[in-house]
Amino acid sequence: MKESKEELVKLLEDMLVIREFETKVQKHFAEGEIPGFVHLYLGEEAVAVGACSALKEDDFITSTHRGHGHLLARGGDLKKMMAEIFGKATGYNKGKGGSMHIADVSLGILGANGIVGAGLPIAAGSGISAQILDKDSVTICFFGDGASNRGTFHEAINMASVWDLPVVFVCENNLYGISMPQYTNDHRKGQNIQDVSDRAVAYGISGVTVDGNDVMAVNEAVVEAVKKARSGGGPSLIECKTYRHRGHFEGDPTVYRSDEEVERWKEKDPIDRFVKILKDQEILDDEGYKELRNEVKGRVEEALQFAQESPEPDPSEVTTDVYYGGAE
Amino acid sequence: MKKLSYAEALREAMAEEMEKDSSVFIMGEDVGIFGGCFGVTGDLVERFGQDRVRDTPITETAIIGSAVGAAMTGSRPIAEIMFAGFLGVPMDEIFNQAAKMCYMTGGQAKVPMVLRVPNGAGIGAAAQHSERTEAWFTHIPGLKVVYPSNAADAKGLLKTAIRDDNPVMFFEHKILYNHVGDVPEDEDYVVPFGVAEVKREGSDLTIIATGIEVSHSLEAAEKLAEEGISVEVIDPRTLVPFDKETLLKSVEKTGKLLIVSEETKRGSFASEISAVVAEEGLFYLEQPIKRVCAPDAPVPFSSVLEQAYLPNPDDIVTAVKEML
Repeated sequence: MKESKEELVKLLEDMLVIREFETKVQKHFAEGEIPGFVHLYLGEEAVAVGACSALKEDDFITSTHRGHGHLLARGGDLKKMMAEIFGKATGYNKGKGGSMHIADVSLGILGANGIVGAGLPIAAGSGISAQILDKDSVTICFFGDGASNRGTFHEAINMASVWDLPVVFVCENNLYGISMPQYTNDHRKGQNIQDVSDRAVAYGISGVTVDGNDVMAVNEAVVEAVKKARSGGGPSLIECKTYRHRGHFEGDPTVYRSDEEVERWKEKDPIDRFVKILKDQEILDDEGYKELRNEVKGRVEEALQFAQESPEPDPSEVTTDVYYGGAE
Repeated sequence: MKKLSYAEALREAMAEEMEKDSSVFIMGEDVGIFGGCFGVTGDLVERFGQDRVRDTPITETAIIGSAVGAAMTGSRPIAEIMFAGFLGVPMDEIFNQAAKMCYMTGGQAKVPMVLRVPNGAGIGAAAQHSERTEAWFTHIPGLKVVYPSNAADAKGLLKTAIRDDNPVMFFEHKILYNHVGDVPEDEDYVVPFGVAEVKREGSDLTIIATGIEVSHSLEAAEKLAEEGISVEVIDPRTLVPFDKETLLKSVEKTGKLLIVSEETKRGSFASEISAVVAEEGLFYLEQPIKRVCAPDAPVPFSSVLEQAYLPNPDDIVTAVKEML
């Protein structure tokens, strides 16, 4: 668990980086500078930061279509990220992946996946590698409430449990799969249980639900699960209840939820809450917070400028990277 | 050289690579103590232990998906799917994950995995256990597709597949598992991808055949030779990459092309070969290309129906005679 002043301020800084980065992406997508789809992580910052801060350098994560936050929390380079989202040659994926597939494999990121639920078996496989190669690495698998209804959820967690694979399955339950509510009192719902973590018992693993807008609560739960996984204790399922401030993707009219609901959740904003705690504990003052925000804004602004000024990919790149190391 | 069955040759390839490289491991349904549904993994679990010869639950999606994850993190998995007819289940893991990961990440991710698949009909296994699905995967950029027709190639190609840094779909014909052939004993014996083999030289007509149809074609060529007809038989061995040069050179020489495949005809790899020659070798041809394939129907159960369904050496002889 994070305790020192530096560690706590770092958690805030990491969440602020996501907030500023995504806000910038939102703006420039609206202005037509960014092609394709973007799924913003705004509002869910505490999950990625609380979870990734429990990992070591040679650990792994699998990310999702809503993956900017995971990569940023893992220490991704802002310039390469922004350039990728802009589809530029200088981006992490040379403009071949875009927002949905942005990844830095050297940071242990096993792809950001456009197929909901596809990361779960991949995370299990990373856990198998730890056993085959006799390493103590742990893999965090991020996925949403929607993915928990896919067969991949069942097959991957079952496999991970059978073989005690060192994987922590972190469900970002943001209450909706696009327009489908995770749970309601009528028939229009993704599943007939309030807590995704209830499913853990079916696989013989531990499952907990935590407040996904409380970075300390997420971190505490994930630290414990990582420790267990690393020592051969097998996988865990951690459900983080959270909320996306924006629609499923930019341009989503969000007809499926009320303004009141959005406002209620914004009152539980993970950054505001954590800032208040740090101020109450006199770890951070108004001036310090302002400085931190300005510093982060500056970094994001620099990344934006880098992306805007970067060259487009050369058309000859269309058929490179189909196979690793060159041609067929 | 030593005599090995196709199944034994595959097992030997896996054993040698596992001895040499501790990151190579096997997983699949009943590959351990049961020895594999067709006996291919045999006693490997006794030699390498259940950590490296992993019996999985019935979980095709997790087998392939986890093979992708294991391959991306430093291992070299050899995953077995029990029958080609089961490949519909983990299709996302093959075509969206394994095949695209390198490209989507701009060349960062390496996915060195082999997916072994018992392919083909002829054992009375009916429609869902007799599929020939190799063409599906040749349509997916990012995959390599391999289909050995004999024991020596089975060993040499599987070793190359295990050492390759990309996902390889490795098709094995069920009927061939018991076919015995001469296999080189050298541990460094490998067969490179993208190099076709001229199995028999001839001057009147070119046959290109895949999988079990290579032996059917050679049998037909032998019969035709007795009648003074000289047929060249080519085995591409790998469908992706595909050795166009060897085929085009042969067609230039003979002027006639017959393509033989056990696949259903429409949209088959036989169609792709036909398109390649139409595009790049049309003026070598003295007459239209012909294909001998299975009809566009699922594989029937009854032996009478199944034998009527499958291309056999007599069908090949008839087709060649029609072309001469």
